[in-house]
Amino acid sequence: MIRSTSLPLYVTLATFVIAYALCASAYPAMLSTRVAANLLTDNAFLGIAAVGMTFVILSGGIDLSVGSVIAFTGVFLAVLLRDTSIHPLAAFAIVLALTTGFGAAMGAIIHHLEMPPFIVTLAGMFLARGAAYVLSVDSVPITHEFYDWLQDIYWKAPSGGRFRLTGALMVLTFLGGILVAHRTRFGQNVYALGGGAQTARLMGVPLGRTTIGIYAISGGLSGLAGIVFSLYTSAGYSLAAVGVELDAIAAVVIGGTLLTGGTGFVAGTFFGILIMGLIQTYIVFDGTLSSWWTKIVIGALLFTFILLQKGLTWATTLRRRPAPGSPMPS
Amino acid sequence: MAAPHAPLRRLAPQIIILAAVLALNLAVFPDFFRIEFQNGRLFGNLIDVLNRGAPTALLAIGMTLVIATRGIDLSVGAVMAIAGAVAAKIVVDGHGWGTALLGALAAGGACGLWNGVLVAWLRIQPIVATLVLMVAGRGVAQLVTEGTILTFLNEGLIHLGAGTILGMPTPVVIWIALGAGVTWAVRRTALGLLIEAIGINESASRLAGINAKVLLTCVYLVSGLCAALAGVIVAADIKGADANNAGLWLELDAILAVVIGGNSLLGGRFSITASLLGALIIQSVNSAILLSGMPPEFNLVIKALIILVILVIQSPRIGHWLYILRASGGDPAPRRKTPVKETAR
Amino acid sequence: MTDPVRPVLHARGITKFFPGAIALADVELALHPGEVHALLGENGAGKSTLIKCLTGAYACDGGVVELDGQLVDPGSTQESQKLGIGTVYQEVNLLPNLTVAENLFLGRQPTRWGMISRRRMAAEAAEVLAGYGLDIDVREPLSHYSVAVQQVVAIARAVEMSGRVLILDEPTASLDQGEVELVFDVIRRLKARGLAIVFITHFLDQVFAICDRATVLRNGHVVGTRALADCAPRDIVHLMLGRQLESEVRERHGGQGGEVLAEIDGLGRRGMIEPFSMRIRQGEVIGLAGLLGAGRTETANLIFGAVQADQGGVRLRGRALSLKGPRDAIAARFALCPEDRKTDGIIGDLSVRDNIILALQARQGWARPIPRAKVEEIAQGYVRALDIRAASLDMPIRLLSGGNQQKALLARWLATEPELLILDEPTRGIDVGAHAEIIQLIERLREEGMSLIVASSEIEELVAYSTRVIVLRDRVQVAELEGGEITAGNIVRAIADEDREVA
Repeated sequence: MIRSTSLPLYVTLATFVIAYALCASAYPAMLSTRVAANLLTDNAFLGIAAVGMTFVILSGGIDLSVGSVIAFTGVFLAVLLRDTSIHPLAAFAIVLALTTGFGAAMGAIIHHLEMPPFIVTLAGMFLARGAAYVLSVDSVPITHEFYDWLQDIYWKAPSGGRFRLTGALMVLTFLGGILVAHRTRFGQNVYALGGGAQTARLMGVPLGRTTIGIYAISGGLSGLAGIVFSLYTSAGYSLAAVGVELDAIAAVVIGGTLLTGGTGFVAGTFFGILIMGLIQTYIVFDGTLSSWWTKIVIGALLFTFILLQKGLTWATTLRRRPAPGSPMPS
Repeated sequence: MAAPHAPLRRLAPQIIILAAVLALNLAVFPDFFRIEFQNGRLFGNLIDVLNRGAPTALLAIGMTLVIATRGIDLSVGAVMAIAGAVAAKIVVDGHGWGTALLGALAAGGACGLWNGVLVAWLRIQPIVATLVLMVAGRGVAQLVTEGTILTFLNEGLIHLGAGTILGMPTPVVIWIALGAGVTWAVRRTALGLLIEAIGINESASRLAGINAKVLLTCVYLVSGLCAALAGVIVAADIKGADANNAGLWLELDAILAVVIGGNSLLGGRFSITASLLGALIIQSVNSAILLSGMPPEFNLVIKALIILVILVIQSPRIGHWLYILRASGGDPAPRRKTPVKETAR
Repeated sequence: MTDPVRPVLHARGITKFFPGAIALADVELALHPGEVHALLGENGAGKSTLIKCLTGAYACDGGVVELDGQLVDPGSTQESQKLGIGTVYQEVNLLPNLTVAENLFLGRQPTRWGMISRRRMAAEAAEVLAGYGLDIDVREPLSHYSVAVQQVVAIARAVEMSGRVLILDEPTASLDQGEVELVFDVIRRLKARGLAIVFITHFLDQVFAICDRATVLRNGHVVGTRALADCAPRDIVHLMLGRQLESEVRERHGGQGGEVLAEIDGLGRRGMIEPFSMRIRQGEVIGLAGLLGAGRTETANLIFGAVQADQGGVRLRGRALSLKGPRDAIAARFALCPEDRKTDGIIGDLSVRDNIILALQARQGWARPIPRAKVEEIAQGYVRALDIRAASLDMPIRLLSGGNQQKALLARWLATEPELLILDEPTRGIDVGAHAEIIQLIERLREEGMSLIVASSEIEELVAYSTRVIVLRDRVQVAELEGGEITAGNIVRAIADEDREVA
């Protein structure tokens, strides 16, 4: 049985399947495992960041700092590995702690100063990007054998596709995100917050703890996305990943999550990411289409999904079910 | 509370902050206030602040109105890129600068209208509605420029960004004139009152007979037009339309200017003058960093810290604490948080 | 006290000061197990303050609360909930986006290995709700169900979490008759389970239908606690108002009004209100009576164009009007003071002055601002005429009391010099003094030749000022009373007929 709340998820899924089918009918090569593998690898960092963004948006907030944090993480890792002899794993731990703490701090400001997330994370965006600039203005290459080793881990599918570690990491993040969102009290509190902060408070949801947790997750996952991005590009550059937060928001919305918060699925974001990746892949395959069509098509998709959600909310408020067999006065 | 007859009190915080930042500028660069007149043009750091702040100031005019209606316009940066691209395309195709300006304004107006229709008629949340154009807008701009930086040599168009009027750089004249014009238009007519009413309580405003839909649409239209003007100025300044970078993240600066101007993101009472002062504050900070010889890398960090300070000052929670401090004035603190405070959600 | 059974909850000497006012003075309230106890009083009598003191939302300035003989001092709603005092408010305080089961178990979900067991949660939720006579799919979002069902879920949550005392703060205010029965059914079940229930409502008939005892508050004092079995509604009303109702009824000045101002012909909207017709003469007050949800507000909104009709039309002095929205109605010199003052009436952050001139300014259009001197003249004039008490015309209207806000709204519409003034619940939630003034104003406006339509749930009030009363029931006009027929008894009879037919 399809519940109306999960309808956007099914629409996203159907969109993906239909889009893939259309692409494959135009270019049968797109059915190869290579394309599938690249889809995962190329979008791994975006996907991981989008999981965090899903939590933020589910709670009714927004996090504009994602792209900057990714850039900061890359530069921080690159500089750390260049200037010290620290092992990359230790560096990963440090940077994850930093970004998680950074997210938590933004959450704390949002909660304790009662300021809109939009402005607070805007400050966070400037701060993280600025910190990256301060560390290094130029692109810093990362050369470390551990990096080479990590980049060389892959599983080669029969027809030549290479499924890399980062892609797996993204899938794992999504699975973890789904579990946290739907099967933990914290996840439920996130939904509750998105449904209405005042009501959630009256119902005993710890607003402060939840808000801080949400932005800590988003910060930490942005850090993880930064690590994946540095593995992907083998460099840290303070101008990298500009506007990734917009792509992440778009993926979340295309994935069927209501931007006003409270309704949506982490799994939907996964397909949102895949749909956006598919558009890019198609444009590469086509060769004659220019890259800017990606933006236009994503914008159009965004618009369609926003309209769809609008229609759905409108439809559900129109027909509320009365109590079945409500007793009549006797 | 900003009573109409006390505009100075309303603007005092912005004026003080601006004065402080300018004083800081003076401290790091003693010649900061020197203005020279050479070759029929005013030169000086102050003039630079006014000139460089033009795009943000123009955006802030429209953004103030949008935010007053409880909305937000994320698309202005992208609209700037579109308008710049359209203007460049028109002069490259051999038309005059007037046509180019009109074309750019038409493009910006169309974008604003699109946002307005989504917000007012389809009742889509402003942040969501304008996100669409923010994402797609640069793609559209690139479609116009065909992916290149479209350069042009049209004197008239370049004059809009790099020329002077009576010795003053043209952008400065444009934003001051537009700011004054819009302020005059909303305060000399009832527009300001009606816009504020919509921002505070749209449903009640509609029942009181205010044409909320049309007004909302107009507000986004004005924001689009302001963005178009800013886009033309930026393109004229570099003599080319760069669809990727023109107005990049300027929407955030504009929103920041409005917030520094003391306008609530929750809509309601607004002051365009305060927003313009906010834009000048942002630009003065930029110039202070530049002049102090600090690496420009610190620019963003300092901007972030300034936002934080302003956030803390404007936070309702802090305001509440201050209120309690002042009200209790030595009395023992209340046993518990007694009255449930009225918060603006 | 001389109660034979020890009360579950016993509050004594509860006192609460607000800046410049005593909200509660030495209030005593005793709740017995298995009792439904009505808490009555006019608006501002101190009902909600008392509730907030009991549930820990406010700290009281004096007095003690005993729960099962133990002194308690809850510091927050959460704490009082843990102690066993659950509260359900008029607006459902649940999350519409979560499922019914999630709402019931938020914060105490059944877990397995640290993960929420959704299956167990759904099964337990269904079981719990079955105990309340509710058989619904608990996996659906709460927003899919009617307000009554949501209210029952809210009650179930409060009871499951607390289980000793249940406070119901106007739970039936936005329910229709059938839905009220659903909630009453649940209350009876809980009563049988031995809960002590506080029931707050404005509907006296509901008090007598479900409650055992009633405590009446007036101006922060308890004026009496009565067993309802041996007293009549009239006694309770006297306690609440502290005066004879008869004094409210004024002598009616006869007359059917002047010439016909407007004719409404088959105006209606599917799913909202059946088509209705009426003639409105100059200088008459048409009262709209009926239970909540009977269609009073819908009728008012339709005539004003706040909601667009999908059939029928309005003729003004014989000429057909096209009412596409409030703007058209205002242009035709109609005016509507809406029912929900806060969300549909005042513009909270704007000054009293701006609020008063808003409708006039909106009609004039943005391009023709009203000169400042004229604004001042209009605002001052109405402040004097209606006795609006505000420290300054510059202060935001949200800081005014309910009665003064209502008067300012009346001023807003009177400034447009309407020919037809529609008032929807003009006296709801305002103090007694302003109440009387507004009723006098209605009289005065009628005498001056204005036509008025007044929708109200206060029948005595309708009797006082109406020259004609239209009774609505289930979105249909069922009766029209004129002249001498207009008595409280006749109106109640017309409203109540329905119950006999359905049963």
